[in-house]
Amino acid sequence: PQGLSGARLQPLCVRSLSLTSSRNALESPPARADSTFKVTMVPGDGVGPELMTAVKEVFKAGDVPVEFEEFHLSEVQNMASEEKLNEVLGSMKNNRVAIKGKIHTPMEYKGELASYEMRLRRKLDLFANVVHVNSLPGYSTRHNNLDLVIIREQTEGEYSSLEHESVAGVVECLKIITREKSRRIAKFAFDYATKKGRSKVTAVHKANIMKLGDGLFLQSCAEVAELYPKIKYENIIIDNCCMQLVQNPYQFDVLVMPNLYGNIIDNLAAGLVGGAGVVPGESYSAEYAVFETGARHPFAQAVGRNIANPTAMLLSAANMLLVLSPQNQCVSVCVSLCVCVSQVRTRDLGGYSTTGDFVRAVVANLRHRPVY
Amino acid sequence: MAGNAWRSTVSRVMGAVKSQTQPRTFSRGMQTVTIIPGDGIGPEISSAVIKIFEAAKVPIQWEERNVTAIKGPGGKWMIPPEAKESMDKSKIGLKGPLKTPIAAGHPSMNLLLRKTFDLYANVRPCVSIEGYKTPYTDVDLVTIRENTEGEYSGIEHVIVDGVVQSIKLITEDASRRIAEYAFEYARNNQRASVTAVHKANIMRMSDGLFLRKCREVAENFKDVKFTEMYLDTVCLNMVQDPTKFDVLVMPNLYGDILSDLCAGLIGGLGVTPSGNIGANGVAIFESVHGTAPDIAGKDMANPTALLLSAVMMLRHMGLHGHAKKIETACFDTIRDKKVWSRAVQYTALKKNPVSESVTLILLFIGICLSKFNVV
Repeated sequence: PQGLSGARLQPLCVRSLSLTSSRNALESPPARADSTFKVTMVPGDGVGPELMTAVKEVFKAGDVPVEFEEFHLSEVQNMASEEKLNEVLGSMKNNRVAIKGKIHTPMEYKGELASYEMRLRRKLDLFANVVHVNSLPGYSTRHNNLDLVIIREQTEGEYSSLEHESVAGVVECLKIITREKSRRIAKFAFDYATKKGRSKVTAVHKANIMKLGDGLFLQSCAEVAELYPKIKYENIIIDNCCMQLVQNPYQFDVLVMPNLYGNIIDNLAAGLVGGAGVVPGESYSAEYAVFETGARHPFAQAVGRNIANPTAMLLSAANMLLVLSPQNQCVSVCVSLCVCVSQVRTRDLGGYSTTGDFVRAVVANLRHRPVY
Repeated sequence: MAGNAWRSTVSRVMGAVKSQTQPRTFSRGMQTVTIIPGDGIGPEISSAVIKIFEAAKVPIQWEERNVTAIKGPGGKWMIPPEAKESMDKSKIGLKGPLKTPIAAGHPSMNLLLRKTFDLYANVRPCVSIEGYKTPYTDVDLVTIRENTEGEYSGIEHVIVDGVVQSIKLITEDASRRIAEYAFEYARNNQRASVTAVHKANIMRMSDGLFLRKCREVAENFKDVKFTEMYLDTVCLNMVQDPTKFDVLVMPNLYGDILSDLCAGLIGGLGVTPSGNIGANGVAIFESVHGTAPDIAGKDMANPTALLLSAVMMLRHMGLHGHAKKIETACFDTIRDKKVWSRAVQYTALKKNPVSESVTLILLFIGICLSKFNVV
């Protein structure tokens, strides 16, 4: 019996060694029987659906083993409800990874203070938003060769949705800062810096005015900084930070900050390298990862006109592949993208190509890539 | 002349915000202005401005006052009564940088001044300076920031250990007042549009109230175009194409950040003028940079910010001719690389200290003075 099974096993081993795909499947985490990954997709509003179509086309051309579970959650299109939100959450809890567009928050106060996007973030506890601002190869702006990482605390701060009208005409909005969450985001920032080999972390605050609130944030950052002696720690006031970013952005490396300042600096930095169409971003919690664009705007004025730049969403999707299966697939997607950026320019980068043109160029590059 | 006096009386009676570029009529030729030199490089740059004004023969009489916080009756911190008196009489002030001592027990002087005179609007015109190159050219916008409430209300408390709450206050009256000021400013300075900057999608009640008031006031100023934009969209577009913006009006925190961002576009705080408008017609113009104690007394400071603020003050007072003369002289001096390069090299970059012992400011003033003789 032993000899028989041994004899049977040997040819199997020989066969498995020659098939590179199965070898890779054994190495990749999390091992699935059919080795496709399921990812939750929430297209959102504005140009979100168009960008998601671009992602799906590129993935198909690249033979990427990802299956999308789509949910159309939208506040402005009246497609939002508690059940829908719970469906999305359930899917997320299964798949752990999601890709989403911007779920637009309507300005009309209909009695609900927290938008769906904020509630999604809170329920999944996506506390860290990371935006890696990289100058695009082949596209020059006023500041070239930028390489910044912006880490923003996403669940508290000014976006606590705690507002009330004490007396007619007097409105109070509460900004909450807690030591626990400040420490958590600071630790995340330093861990990220350590993992990616970054040398400096700068905390952005306004503690000279908001002495208790931002003071607590700053104190937490300083405490965590002591645990990472190899990484340089500095702090800077938000208004000075904005001024320095437009005058000399190269002095910054990793920036960590509370919610509202993060929103401002994300957008500022995105503008420095070419706008909202070129910067990818991701949100992390202890268990989940959500991939989206860096500067979150629905860009509703571009809907249906085929002019939106899909670079940001495609780069984000490539980052997602890196998390799912660190193999050559994301590399080829990235390379194809980079080549296209310098040749096929959409309107926001000064060219006249359409979204469709860009996607077709990426797909063409992917189809002609060398097969290993 | 009589018409202006009547108009100012009527507006005082009605309590309306006065039009800012109404020429002020005075029985004597000279007008009094309270000057607060400040700390650090303050005294040097203030005397530079005074000398330049003398050379340009501006009909202004300066009253120098000091503002160091003193404890008034009842234990409340206040500015010295002489300073308050002088300002109430003259209504116009020019202020140098004031240092904010840490742990001195009293709030910052800027805050005290703001509270004393109810300086509700901070106006910062940001115009690209020809001769001072930055990556951004053709910037020409004005940021108007509500200065009394919002996120800087100073109301904070520790709820439990490790949880802190800061309160952002938005009131109807303050929002309406700043919106009215912004539209009047736009109208009086021939500006085409006013943009309200907000985050009403997130802070629905507070910024929603601010936005509603702006919309209401816009109804009365149909000649000025009114638009609304999210704060993050403004930041995104501002660094890509600042020419898209004209007058921006916003609550306190956003105003603080955006006005510094715009200052960065044109070259930093060393060249940006700023004015604070208060109720009862008080206006204080100031330079917003720091006190720079490391170069104080060394004759190295750059007086441009204070000078341009003084020019803004002249325009506010209606002395447009003098304002234009001084402004032109200032820009010509900046274009003159000899003086400018050393000044900007030090103050802007703080990397290469001036090694030659050239009296920089006097040279600067000298060139300004020579311009006036040409007229």
